[in-house]
Amino acid sequence: MIGKYALRFFSLGYLAVLLVAPVGYVFWRTFEHGVGPAWDAVTTPDALHALKVTLILAAIAVPANTIFGVLCALAIVRHRYPGAGIVNAVVDLPLALSPVVVGLALLLLYGRGGWLAGHGVVFALPGMVLATIFVSLPFVVREVVPVLREIGTEQEQAAATLGASAVQTFVRVTWPAIRYATAYGIVLTTARALGEFGAVSVVSGRLAGETESLTLLVQDRYQSFDITGAYAAAVLLALLSMATLLLMTRLKPKEGTQ
Amino acid sequence: MIEARGIVKRFGAFTALDGVSVDVPTGSLTALLGPSGSGKSTLLRVIAGLEKPDAGQVLLDGEDVTSTPTQSRGVGFVFQHYAAFKHMTVWDNVAFGLTVRKRPRSEIKRRVNELLDLVQLGGLAKRYPAQLSGGQRQRMGLARALAVDPKVLLLDEPFGALDARVRKELRIWLRRLHDETHTTTVIVTHDQEEAMDVADRVVVMNAGLIEQTAPPRELYDHPANEFVMSFVGPVNRLGDTFIRPHDVELLLEPNGSTQEAMVQRLVHLGFEVRVELVRDDGETLSAQLTREQVEGLELQHGQIVYVRPTRQTVFTD
Repeated sequence: MIGKYALRFFSLGYLAVLLVAPVGYVFWRTFEHGVGPAWDAVTTPDALHALKVTLILAAIAVPANTIFGVLCALAIVRHRYPGAGIVNAVVDLPLALSPVVVGLALLLLYGRGGWLAGHGVVFALPGMVLATIFVSLPFVVREVVPVLREIGTEQEQAAATLGASAVQTFVRVTWPAIRYATAYGIVLTTARALGEFGAVSVVSGRLAGETESLTLLVQDRYQSFDITGAYAAAVLLALLSMATLLLMTRLKPKEGTQ
Repeated sequence: MIEARGIVKRFGAFTALDGVSVDVPTGSLTALLGPSGSGKSTLLRVIAGLEKPDAGQVLLDGEDVTSTPTQSRGVGFVFQHYAAFKHMTVWDNVAFGLTVRKRPRSEIKRRVNELLDLVQLGGLAKRYPAQLSGGQRQRMGLARALAVDPKVLLLDEPFGALDARVRKELRIWLRRLHDETHTTTVIVTHDQEEAMDVADRVVVMNAGLIEQTAPPRELYDHPANEFVMSFVGPVNRLGDTFIRPHDVELLLEPNGSTQEAMVQRLVHLGFEVRVELVRDDGETLSAQLTREQVEGLELQHGQIVYVRPTRQTVFTD
């Protein structure tokens, strides 16, 4: 009994101190003087533009990484070819690599003197999109691969013996089995895309009202001593992330339906 | 008619099929029997197009289908572990082959209901596979395979994952089904009793090769070699001589052609009793007697009896 309560106390305490307290503090500071100042801070032209940039980044990176992620997972699990192991390892690279390094790499490649210089990539939206795609790439793959392994190939083979084409087999047999895993991967991808700071920071050039996403806006305001504005933007970002997490719990399959 | 000609299939360094040729006559129920690793499942999968042979040809009704993809071969396949579409109801599972062929809805409805009745799952059409027993799932698998009117029906250890009682029920049921539909059927099994019970021809395989092809009775009475002899039923081996336990006669008195042995153990298996014996030269053998015979002889543990084979087989190479 004591062990059970100790375990609960410890795990809840850990969450409270390390997660809830800092986030809660941000909320408290934001609404310290009522909703009015906070609302004003997130409806300035720069803030609205930053929100728009963040949403655009997510709107491009998430579908791209979803399609690529599912195809890549199929390539890793369902096909045997030399170098499959390397593909599997490379997918994890964005998790291992510091985002700053990703940003610098893009800067060197597309920036002045780089191999692919002069396409308006660096210090503009395309560069930020590339950076966001890079850092949020592994999540769908990593969610879908174990599920594909677990379901095995028998159902797909059964579909083939029954006359189903490869596309019919994917749509009617494989996809229903991996859709929850894909949805979970999409949520993680979205959260990462919304929250990305390091890589985007390096390639964006940080032009307020042009190439500033919400995360960059938060830091920008904080550094210029606009504390209320920084907190308000941070809260907006936090709310977006929480909305995706909430969506995720709704998407989780109920026990027994799978 | 299924014809496999000189099929070779290797998995890395392992040769699963080493040049196998087999004919399955139209309308027959043929069993591929062998121990695990003998290549029987691989041969079935090559016929279905689920494995590509390294050499050899597969002909279905005279047409070379070696390079035809599985979905165009018109085969029905039943998997050991059911391969049920987990997210579909029983009805949708059975209808799958018809819906991918975009058959008219009325035809699909009629055919699926017909098949569900045939496999006695009519009342469970709205259930999901997870809500069915193993036997019910495999009957669903069979209905699903039959829905598309396959030229041949291929069953890969279909009852292997079921308990002994359900297994016996299902194979009797499969035999009846075959007698009604006459679909050319190949069943893979490692269970000799199952093969003999259900099939009209048995192909015994070992180490990627065919040892013998014969009707069950001939296989049992005239096995081609030692492997077949010992695989299709229990056998006593005394030197070069093979004797079935039911061909061992026990006498209480010696009569010149008998040998002395001691009763080591009596195993009661209902109507039959297995008597385990040890001869004076140390060789062990078992005899299969009826309960009445054992009671008539008043056999006891440790008793000395006299053994005489009524029938024995010697293979000459």
